[in-house]
Amino acid sequence: MTGTHEMPGTPIRVENLWKRFGAFEAVKDVTFTAEAGSITALLGPSGSGKSTVLRMIAGLEEPTSGRIWMEGEEHTFKTVQERRVGFVFQHFALFRHMTVSQNVAFGLSVRKQPKSQQRERVQDLLELVQLTGFRDRYPDQLSGGQRQRVALARALAPQPKVLLLDEPFGALDARVRQELRRWLDDLHQELGVTSLLVTHDQDEALELANRIVVMHEGRVEQVGSPDEVYDEPATPFVAGFVGSSSVLHGHVVEGHVQFGDHRVAGAGHLVEGESARAFIRPHDVRVKTTPQNGSLPATVERVVNLGWLSRVVLRLPDDQVLIAELPNDELDGVELGSTVHVDLRRAKAFRSADGEASGSEMVDVTGVVSRP
Amino acid sequence: MSRPGELRVPVFPSGTRRRLVHGGFIAIALLYVGILVIAPLIGIAWAVFQAGWSTIVSTLRQPDVQHAFYLTGVITVITVIVTSIFGVIVAIVIARDHFPGRALMSALVDLPLAVSPVIVGLMAVVLFGLGGWFEPWFTSQGIRILFALPSMVLVTIFICIPFVIREVVPVLQEVGITEEEAARTLGASSLQTFFRVTLKNIRWGLLYGIALTTARSIGEIGAVLIVSGQITGQTETATLYVLRAFDQFQDDPGFVVALTLALVSIVLLVLIETFKRRQERMQRT
Repeated sequence: MTGTHEMPGTPIRVENLWKRFGAFEAVKDVTFTAEAGSITALLGPSGSGKSTVLRMIAGLEEPTSGRIWMEGEEHTFKTVQERRVGFVFQHFALFRHMTVSQNVAFGLSVRKQPKSQQRERVQDLLELVQLTGFRDRYPDQLSGGQRQRVALARALAPQPKVLLLDEPFGALDARVRQELRRWLDDLHQELGVTSLLVTHDQDEALELANRIVVMHEGRVEQVGSPDEVYDEPATPFVAGFVGSSSVLHGHVVEGHVQFGDHRVAGAGHLVEGESARAFIRPHDVRVKTTPQNGSLPATVERVVNLGWLSRVVLRLPDDQVLIAELPNDELDGVELGSTVHVDLRRAKAFRSADGEASGSEMVDVTGVVSRP
Repeated sequence: MSRPGELRVPVFPSGTRRRLVHGGFIAIALLYVGILVIAPLIGIAWAVFQAGWSTIVSTLRQPDVQHAFYLTGVITVITVIVTSIFGVIVAIVIARDHFPGRALMSALVDLPLAVSPVIVGLMAVVLFGLGGWFEPWFTSQGIRILFALPSMVLVTIFICIPFVIREVVPVLQEVGITEEEAARTLGASSLQTFFRVTLKNIRWGLLYGIALTTARSIGEIGAVLIVSGQITGQTETATLYVLRAFDQFQDDPGFVVALTLALVSIVLLVLIETFKRRQERMQRT
């Protein structure tokens, strides 16, 4: 059908991009590259400037300063029309007075392609998005998932150099979102068009992207593979935003973060005596019923069953809260009020002075708040 | 339910009283609309019927009458074209752009609704009449504004400015700009985006505004009366003809022209309702 040869991947390069709206700086000095044929995710909370970056690449927004390159050619001052990007909007933005096939054909008909070619291309794309039976429907006769597939077919029709997706699953419910995500992954494997995906959903970014650009308050916090971003967060913000973590406050002693009588490794890069925070993933907390070498005691405050695993909220001797996740078959002896022994082998430590995810409190993705 | 000492206040009157009150309101509403709207319409129709078929035919064959209808038509067509084109442009600016003075512009657009047409006519006289600001230039160019078609069109346009704008602005705000952005990313030029996306989305609101404009400009008399000079066969519109007919005790031809105008208004009313429904239906989706 629509083979890879039709759309050779096109790298995007963004250099020192700034965007000011009045006194508000939405995007501050953003630089990154999207590799040919890959999916790059711009990940960040709402208001982090990620959509503005995407809109500037599309030409829908004018950068205050900085440069945008595609295929090694500068695009900073090109019009939207000249850029030939495919853009998928969060709320679909289908033409409400046009049928599905008229929507998909729009990008071809404004470029005055012959009708027979248009028909052929529309047919191909409707097959690709599995909507051949819906060609004469109007957008309001389709479900949310179907609408977004039409929007994708419409964006792909004029064979764009790059595909820009602005929270494409944001307006859909959880089930459809999952389905469509997997489907987009397959589609990308098939087409190989260079894609830039804006999302606030870390799972979406981790699942779909080859590279993740984590943004926060208009700045790039980290650029890396999903593994790098997850395992080696460069900043406290990334540690808090990508995946959930507990935060333990203490100070640096011999390359460890010490809190109370206990310490956790991972602060070798910090200055002795400095106050520091250790970010610990719930699955990096080992919970035993008997004391181990170097383990610390904790009281079980809550056990929440999440299906095949459980989230255990633990209180440490110095009153800090730690969250662990463990498989349900390892829950023996771990019950409300019991004392357990935890082993914190992996932690990522940062100076306390550096900014973090959400003020003094850290909220993980499932809504559990760990107090400092 | 109520404890002793607690005051019970009935929110609604009890059954029969409520029905009586309700029925009373319906009766008042029917009488009000009936007496003020339906009765005059039937009155005119009755008067024309009394005058008979031959009067209708002879009136409509009068060159003065034909010219009056023709002139009303010309003024209406020009007014509709001008207020539609500029109205859509102004509506887009008000709905989409944020600039200092936008609120003032939005308020100014409504001004013609607040000013009496007679005053609009006088303003035109001040500008274009003998000794008016623009009079010397137009006279030197040999262009006649006052007591001629240009001033009549001008005042009608002024009076009809708000209709298209007022109908189109909310529609534009409702549909938003993402469809237009989508069109642009798909390679559409500004003109293609306007004609294929924006105009399609606002079409029912625009037609509604046009229907209101048409009705208003056909019925306009106050401003036109002042600037036209009422020259029979030259600057006399249909409404001015009716006015003169009654002045000169030619009631029957007056009734015929008046009924014709009333019938046109009824057709417009039906169109207006249709457009309004279509627009509302589109906004729901």
